[in-house]
Amino acid sequence: MPALGKHHRHSTIANEGHQRRIIQWRLLVAFLGVVVLLGVLVTRFYLLQIKQHQNFVTLSDRNRIQVQPVAPTRGLIYDRNGILLADNRPSYRLSVIPERVKNLDALFIELNKIIDVSPSDIDRFKKLKNRARAPYQPTPLKLDLSPEEIAKISVNEYRLPGVEVEAELVRYYPYGELLAHTIGYVGRINERELKAFDEDTKKDYSATFSIGKIGLEKQYERALLGAVGSRFLETNAHGRALRELEREAPEPGRDLHLHLDLHLQKAAYEALTGWRGAVVAIDVKTGGVLAMASSPSFDPNLFVTGISYTDYNALNSSKDLPLYNRTIQAQYPPGSTLKPILGLGGLETGLISAHTRINDPGFYQLAEGERLYRDWKKWGHGKHVDLHQAITESCDTFFYELAVRLGIDNMHPIGAHFGLGQHTGIDVPNERSGLWPSRQWKKKHRRQPWYPGDSLNVSIGQGDVLTTPLQLAVMTATFASQGQRFEPHLVKQLGKQKIEKKGVDIVSASRENWAYVNKAMESVVHGLRGTAKGINKGLSYRVAGKTGTAQVVGIAQDTDYDRDKISQRNWDHALFIAFAPADAPEIALAVVIENGEHGSSAAAPVARSVFDSWFDIEAARKAKMHSSQKISTRHPAKADFMVSEVNQ
Amino acid sequence: MKMHGGRDFVRHMPGSTQTFKKGESFWRIVHVDPWLLLALLILTGTGLSILYSASGTSEFMIKRQIIFFSIAYIGMFAIAQCPVNFLERSGKWLYVFGIVLLILVLLIGVGAKGAQRWLSLGFIRFQPAEILKLAMPLCVAAYLGSRALPPKLKHIGGCLALVALPALLIFKQPDLGTAILVTASGLIALFLAGLSWRYILGSLLLVVVASWPMWNFVMHDYQKQRVLTLLNPEADRLGSGWNIIQSKTAIGSGGLEGKGWMQGTQSQLDFLPESHTDFIIAVLAEEFGLKGVVLLLSLYGIIVARGLMIAWRAQNHFGRLLAGSVTLTFFVYVFVNVGMVSGILPVVGVPLPLVSLGGTSLVTLMAGFGLLMAVATEPKKTQTQT
Repeated sequence: MPALGKHHRHSTIANEGHQRRIIQWRLLVAFLGVVVLLGVLVTRFYLLQIKQHQNFVTLSDRNRIQVQPVAPTRGLIYDRNGILLADNRPSYRLSVIPERVKNLDALFIELNKIIDVSPSDIDRFKKLKNRARAPYQPTPLKLDLSPEEIAKISVNEYRLPGVEVEAELVRYYPYGELLAHTIGYVGRINERELKAFDEDTKKDYSATFSIGKIGLEKQYERALLGAVGSRFLETNAHGRALRELEREAPEPGRDLHLHLDLHLQKAAYEALTGWRGAVVAIDVKTGGVLAMASSPSFDPNLFVTGISYTDYNALNSSKDLPLYNRTIQAQYPPGSTLKPILGLGGLETGLISAHTRINDPGFYQLAEGERLYRDWKKWGHGKHVDLHQAITESCDTFFYELAVRLGIDNMHPIGAHFGLGQHTGIDVPNERSGLWPSRQWKKKHRRQPWYPGDSLNVSIGQGDVLTTPLQLAVMTATFASQGQRFEPHLVKQLGKQKIEKKGVDIVSASRENWAYVNKAMESVVHGLRGTAKGINKGLSYRVAGKTGTAQVVGIAQDTDYDRDKISQRNWDHALFIAFAPADAPEIALAVVIENGEHGSSAAAPVARSVFDSWFDIEAARKAKMHSSQKISTRHPAKADFMVSEVNQ
Repeated sequence: MKMHGGRDFVRHMPGSTQTFKKGESFWRIVHVDPWLLLALLILTGTGLSILYSASGTSEFMIKRQIIFFSIAYIGMFAIAQCPVNFLERSGKWLYVFGIVLLILVLLIGVGAKGAQRWLSLGFIRFQPAEILKLAMPLCVAAYLGSRALPPKLKHIGGCLALVALPALLIFKQPDLGTAILVTASGLIALFLAGLSWRYILGSLLLVVVASWPMWNFVMHDYQKQRVLTLLNPEADRLGSGWNIIQSKTAIGSGGLEGKGWMQGTQSQLDFLPESHTDFIIAVLAEEFGLKGVVLLLSLYGIIVARGLMIAWRAQNHFGRLLAGSVTLTFFVYVFVNVGMVSGILPVVGVPLPLVSLGGTSLVTLMAGFGLLMAVATEPKKTQTQT
């Protein structure tokens, strides 16, 4: 048979034909196979391209479209005259796109040869990197680059793939320490804050690295923040953004317009120079806070891009507590500054009257043989002390008598109506409530009954009584407005929305009684024997006030206060509350000078400076209005034309 | 070598009942099959336009591809001129030449990415495996065509030996894709020669049965892993799975109409790997949709059908087996590539014929069509002998 194979060309026709048909038959089978396999391929493509089309469109879009959050611009903060108090300035930061860097540690070493990258920068970077974030999103490594650093990075950028210099807007406080406590500051979002975020909040901060930490920045954080925007970027497989497909613009944060007056604030803060203390000034008619100064202060700009350890340590360990907002967090015994409202309360109850006179031998005794409650004046204020004199000269004995007549159950509501012992509700966080004691309070917290002697201490603002400077200012403003107590507030306008606070309480008293106590307070400043007469020289307006002195340490019975024997930090605090003009009050304030010893000599002059500044400002404003009126009358023709146009 | 002019041809066949139309005789003179040529030209043009998009409008790549096509077409025409019996005689020498070069590749070859596939002649590098793509069908067709059909067991054995030697040498480089194609071309010839169905089914059964002890007792874990990855690339999402996921995404997102020429996001934005070589049909599928895919597959179908028709009409066993083997191997090329890109076959590295960017592979593919044309236009000289 192999022989046959070798000579196939000589095989028979039949054989040849048979063999040809074998191949042709197989060709046919193969052709059918080809058709079937082509059918398989077409079916496969049909399934992928028609049946699962939507799935793959989604996958393809997810591949190429990257959504990047866009940070909103933080709202600005203005004073009542439109002066910018918190601004946004451009800052440049060094960011790294982790996905583009093969070896991060090698990169840090390389970067350190060019600019200084601290281990804490690297720590923070690693934390940020591990946060949930969109792929290929730059992660900040070093913040607030100097121009020199930017130049060095730019020169080397070609050999540092994945490293970028990014511009961002960061907070800038042009008036620095002047407003540090009130406006507060923003700082980098820390781990604790981040943990507290829910999913929505996380989204809101997806492009923002700062958050308000204290002050107005914290209180109005959500309004100032704005709403995050987004960019839809088409990126290639290497993560390089090629074009922006769509943009949802971020909504800028809302601006804050404050009641606060920068010039007044400046006057208040400067008057406090060299002291530890606080000043709060309130607009009597609205409850708007005109000035709110705490001394000593600090530069809030230090915190914005992350404060250095040494700077923070210096601030935090200072004995003068510069980080402490004394206006709302410090609680002082109010001393004699309570006398006007207690006097008013006494008159209203009818337990004393304008004609009530007492004998003041320089002390008061609840009963024969018991302890002596001393007046600050060793030999007393005379035999016929009435309420007017008691306020003007700050006679303690009169108020001891009043306390006995009123009792704590009558005294407590008086102070409560003026806001003592409660949060004032100011729009700055971390306010403390002070302490305005009552029978119930003592029972609950001290597990002791109320003793008559406690009332005596309360009547001169000592004992358990504690107030914040803000509370004193609110009390004073309430008094000045003859009973309208407002929630004090800094923000007058939030974005376009005007904020008006309704009164929270109304203290009712007869017109005569208001006038009586008002006169007495006026004579504190303007009277010949007024305790604050030292500030009345050259006053062009009338001030009603009350001095106060608060003991820091208890003085033992039968011993005198001797400043030389106690350390300066234990000297008495000096207080002064006042409003002006006395007959038509516009501004009310409270001043506390720690260890200032006498309200008259330390605190009252601070108040005078603030008032002077206020009336200068007012005078300037009036002059300006006057001159602008003049200008308009100088062009009657123009005015007529405008009128005629309106009439059309 | 006998060259026949048209007139001579007619004059030599006075008694023939068949008369040739004038056009047909022209194509026979120039040894070109017009329908096949037309289909190839359309495919080449389509391929270039897809490549233009897939390469990111790289003029360099297009120019390079055009140059290779020119060489390939010239090569095709040249081979088409060869008399069939010359091809039959020279097959074995080409085969031996190819084997020698393959051995040289293993000894002194150069390569990249862990594979040693090229021989360097200093100024030019080429893959000897490409020679086998032509030598294998030639040699097997000659071997089987000169013997009685269906082949006897010992001829089947001889044939398998002819297939196995180069296949193993190529597999060793390693170049799985080419090894499969070369093996396929030999086995297809054997199949067409009438290999008994009993043998076919029997050997398939043997493979299935043998794979079980191989898997359980012979293969190492890493080898198993490699096989598993080959069979299910999507399990390896970042490695070879990445390619297949991206190519399926490209295909699927194309839909019925496609995203438009040069508008495919997967390919244009570099998500699709190997978009101008092995995965080029994903570019077509993304940009022209299912319609484009069906058109392209139809074009391939037409070429295959024409090739099989040539095999059907061939005048001797050698011609039939050669034409059938070349044509069906071409289809295996298409099926393996398209199946691999669309995720129904393992990724083995086979380009889409005449569309993927290629150099020598274009030349060998077109040389294969040259063989087809030689068979198609063979003068009907043996009619009197039968």
